[in-house]
Amino acid sequence: MAKPKITFYWCASCGGCEEAIVDLAEDILKVVEAVDIVFWPCAMDFKKSDVEAMEDGSITVSFINGAINSDEQEEMVKVLRKKSQVVIAFGACSHLGGIPSLANLTTKDKILEASYLKGPTNVNSEKTLPMVKVPVKEGELHLPELQEIAKALDQVIDVDYYIPGCSVPKQLILDAVTALLSGNLPPKGSVLAPKKTNCDTCDRNKTKPEKLEIDRFYRPYEIELDEEKCFLAQGVICMGPVTRGGCDERCVKGNMPCRGCFGPVDNVFDQGAKFVSALASLFNAKTDEEVQKIVDSIDDPAGTFYRFSVAKSMIGHKV
Amino acid sequence: MSSEKGFEPRIVAFLCNWCSYTGADLAGTARMKYPANVRTIRVMCSGRVDAQFVMKAFAEGADAVLISGCHTPSDCHYQEGNFKALRRYYLLKKMLPQFGIEPERLRLEWISAAEGDKFQEVCTEFTEQIKRLGPSPVKKGVKNG
Repeated sequence: MAKPKITFYWCASCGGCEEAIVDLAEDILKVVEAVDIVFWPCAMDFKKSDVEAMEDGSITVSFINGAINSDEQEEMVKVLRKKSQVVIAFGACSHLGGIPSLANLTTKDKILEASYLKGPTNVNSEKTLPMVKVPVKEGELHLPELQEIAKALDQVIDVDYYIPGCSVPKQLILDAVTALLSGNLPPKGSVLAPKKTNCDTCDRNKTKPEKLEIDRFYRPYEIELDEEKCFLAQGVICMGPVTRGGCDERCVKGNMPCRGCFGPVDNVFDQGAKFVSALASLFNAKTDEEVQKIVDSIDDPAGTFYRFSVAKSMIGHKV
Repeated sequence: MSSEKGFEPRIVAFLCNWCSYTGADLAGTARMKYPANVRTIRVMCSGRVDAQFVMKAFAEGADAVLISGCHTPSDCHYQEGNFKALRRYYLLKKMLPQFGIEPERLRLEWISAAEGDKFQEVCTEFTEQIKRLGPSPVKKGVKNG
């Protein structure tokens, strides 16, 4: 029997998800033994025309990472969807929009201005901005166009499964590949990770006082972080209560609070809003003034609570 | 509804079962008139109003959201649900502008079961205020491009 064919593709991503695959180390050999990698632009030399030449549905699984924020990415994932039996959104950006979708809280013009005109390390006296086409002596060159908003993969194409994380932990990749090869898969649309929140399995949970009451918030650099105590009990924003577990608490073990990269648990539709509910309940305040004072100590609520999920929030972007 | 002049805002009101909903009921039985722009949703407690409900209302095209519960500090049927509403309200007010939604579109009021007249007043005044402010900037369905 022919081996299942798989592809890896990247869109607006940092490369961390590709790194996660490489981090499988010797385990990657087991994967390579069981499957044929027919397309992986980051690591191997294939062209778009190679994929277009494949028969529809001939790729068993495509793992696609990164948010979608250019017309080229949109076009490419649509080709991959047509050629693949199963599409998996791989990593936080593909799953929820991720860090690139934080750009949805501002505008494309402001992003270009900040990056190309106002960047302190930029020398751009001619004020050149990215162009879609540019004439050179050999002819005209065409480049992908940045979109107004960054989208999660399922806002562009139909997605079968999601593997969360920034980046995806090794065990989740191996579990997913094993499930795919055995055909023992959960219902379509499932997130291939545990269903409980990070708080549920966190070692620091037992240090949480019976009644959590917060007087003000600190950013991690503002205080010396205790290595065993619940972050919220220290007044540091930790997304653990509303974030799916299964990440092996890599951040918490490194003495940093959870930033929410695994996204919400099932049945929560808007991770940031859910966190507003959870966090505000903990304020030690009963009057308008007291509440306002605590709220003032939170910088950038949308950017913090939706750090990885602006694209998949209910509003989706700044209106 | 699309023209600014004949704009009739849609206001979603989350009212707690024990005080504000009963207050709204009193306004009704006493035949006090208030604008039909307010769509009432009864919840057991203002503390039950998850910030997700508010964001969902805005995402689905509400022009404003009213949350109303029992008076602080001591009227809440569940002792401190209204404090939870108060805290979420201020945090939401800070976050909404980051999504381009004016914070004035969200309002919190304490209305007791005996205050049918206050319910009438709040609804009338809030509707007028939102009429002046204009339609919500959120266009339904826009997030998927």
